[in-house]
Amino acid sequence: MQLSREQLIRAYRQMKTIREFEERLHTEIQTGQIAGFTHLYAGQEAVAVGVCENLTNEDYIISTHRGHGHCIAKGCDVRAMMKELFGRRDGLCKGKGGSMHIADVSKGMLGANGIVGAGAPIAVGAAISAKLDGNGRVSVTFSGDGACNQGTTFEAMNMAVVLKVPVIFVFENNHYSEHTGHKYAVGSGDIAARAEAFGMRVWRGNGSDFFDTDQIMREVVEYCRTTGLPAAVELDTERFFGHFEGDPQRYRGAGEVNRLRQERDCLTAFRAAVVSANLLDDAQLDGIDVEVLKLIDDAVADARVAPPPEASQVLEDVYISY
Amino acid sequence: MANLTMREAVNLTLHQEMARDSNVIVLGEDVVGGMGTAGGPEAIGGIWKATIGLYDKFGAGRVLDTPISEAAIIGAAAGAALTGKRPVAELMFADFIGVCLDQIWNQIAKFRYMFGGRTRCPVVIRITYGAGVNAAAQHSQAPYALMTAIPGIKVVMPATPADAKGLLTTAIRDDDPVLFFEHKALYAIKGEVPDGDYMIPFGHAKLVREGKDATIVTCGQMVGFAERAADALARDGIACDVLDLRTTSPLDEEAILDSVEMTGRLVIVDESPPRCSLASDISGIVGNQAFAALKAPIEMVTAPHSPVPFARELEKAYLPSPAGIEAAVRKTLGYRSERRG
Repeated sequence: MQLSREQLIRAYRQMKTIREFEERLHTEIQTGQIAGFTHLYAGQEAVAVGVCENLTNEDYIISTHRGHGHCIAKGCDVRAMMKELFGRRDGLCKGKGGSMHIADVSKGMLGANGIVGAGAPIAVGAAISAKLDGNGRVSVTFSGDGACNQGTTFEAMNMAVVLKVPVIFVFENNHYSEHTGHKYAVGSGDIAARAEAFGMRVWRGNGSDFFDTDQIMREVVEYCRTTGLPAAVELDTERFFGHFEGDPQRYRGAGEVNRLRQERDCLTAFRAAVVSANLLDDAQLDGIDVEVLKLIDDAVADARVAPPPEASQVLEDVYISY
Repeated sequence: MANLTMREAVNLTLHQEMARDSNVIVLGEDVVGGMGTAGGPEAIGGIWKATIGLYDKFGAGRVLDTPISEAAIIGAAAGAALTGKRPVAELMFADFIGVCLDQIWNQIAKFRYMFGGRTRCPVVIRITYGAGVNAAAQHSQAPYALMTAIPGIKVVMPATPADAKGLLTTAIRDDDPVLFFEHKALYAIKGEVPDGDYMIPFGHAKLVREGKDATIVTCGQMVGFAERAADALARDGIACDVLDLRTTSPLDEEAILDSVEMTGRLVIVDESPPRCSLASDISGIVGNQAFAALKAPIEMVTAPHSPVPFARELEKAYLPSPAGIEAAVRKTLGYRSERRG
């Protein structure tokens, strides 16, 4: 392990924040206070954090409909995010975006996206900017095993190779595109092989293991920054909740989710690894847990009482000038 | 002033704006042309020649020749715009909006709103459109009304070379996304184009003929058709206001209402089919806001509710004609006397 103590603490805190954010949303949604469609990221934290810990504030990411984890990992304000999900006036997007469009471009987070597969071409555009500005930035697009079947993803991969721009296609294979298994929907079953066929270097890794993801992403980001070329990574991971909140998940096997939470929890694995290697101890990690829970408690308490938007704001920000 | 074709005016404007602002980039299929061939870059010079010379002058970094991947072209333009560039993407035919509609409709048009006003997406998409050159159903449509219906984007349609320069300059410098429709049958028309910096504000219709008897509202290729109709009517002593909308989003409702309140008679000429069209939309606005001023029912001269046909005779039957516009004006003028009779 090459990570410093500070880096380890930070990575754990980020993953734990995502987990608690999502677990709390799962219960808050049941109270009826949060409207709309919400897709939770719990289980996949090691991917978002393993990727974003290797990026700078200035690098770009574009996310998916399952975007809260990417947002938090890229440094978006957790309290403003919670207010956004509650549809509040001073939410991260003034209550205009909600879960599926949450964004903070000032943090290089170019948005969650409600259209599966829409993000990859947009990430190519951000990489065009980075190449033209010569600032060494890279652009990352997160896609699932669902988006990997969209034509836009293929177009974007080909264009990235043709234009030679530093975009990283991160495929989070959580084995479900909505309610359909990847063994059914991904023809060859091998997403990275597809990317490779477009002419870019690819990596494969365990997306439920922060250390594996982090190690791979260090190599990938270094490769893209130095060559200016695209690359792809397929990370095997698990989704602990349904496709959306309220999904009865009848497609899951008996006891599947409990087994995944026992065997493939990136937070449990992280804790076991750092404690057994004497890098951090349980007391330190427990302390972080307490701080994270307080942050989420405070964010929810704030969001509950925050004022909603005024009806007159419906027409704000359609255009800059019209 | 220089006497230029619309194609030359577009090309000149792209050169001027790329020279003025290093953040302006151009991308699209064959905007360079000849890449990866024995002939080499610029062997084609752009399918419409509107982008000719840009690659030589500004280089591969700012003039990006792309694969045939419309969704990725428009998506890449969106991403570049979110990250500080002013991309001008070329969509070779308006019909290809069908291939990249998501990026226009769900992405570019909505970023600013969805992100709570905390970003801008200054994309220009240059779109070649329209019937009249026997390109048939998938290369001749005029889908500007579909785009006008989308909040968050602006829709611009020059009818002259001068307007092409003035409106394209404004489009490229605008901080909102703009769809810039260039009619393929107008690329070769010539006209005087102002030198230097020339901007035309959006949302201001141009009165191209003046008359108190009837109002003709139109845009794009139909402006020239309406002018011919108005000139023929003038020979019979009938004087028409002809309004070139220039932009359909924003729409200069005031100019339309002011003219109709004076003439009391309205003919709307629209190159698209009639259902849920620009013509029906303007008809609704006028019916709603200037009902008392109308002396006759509103006439709509549009394409029929059909795809664009191939054969010369059929395409001629499809497109609105100067004669059809003239007949519609005469019909509105005859309305009261018919009732009296």
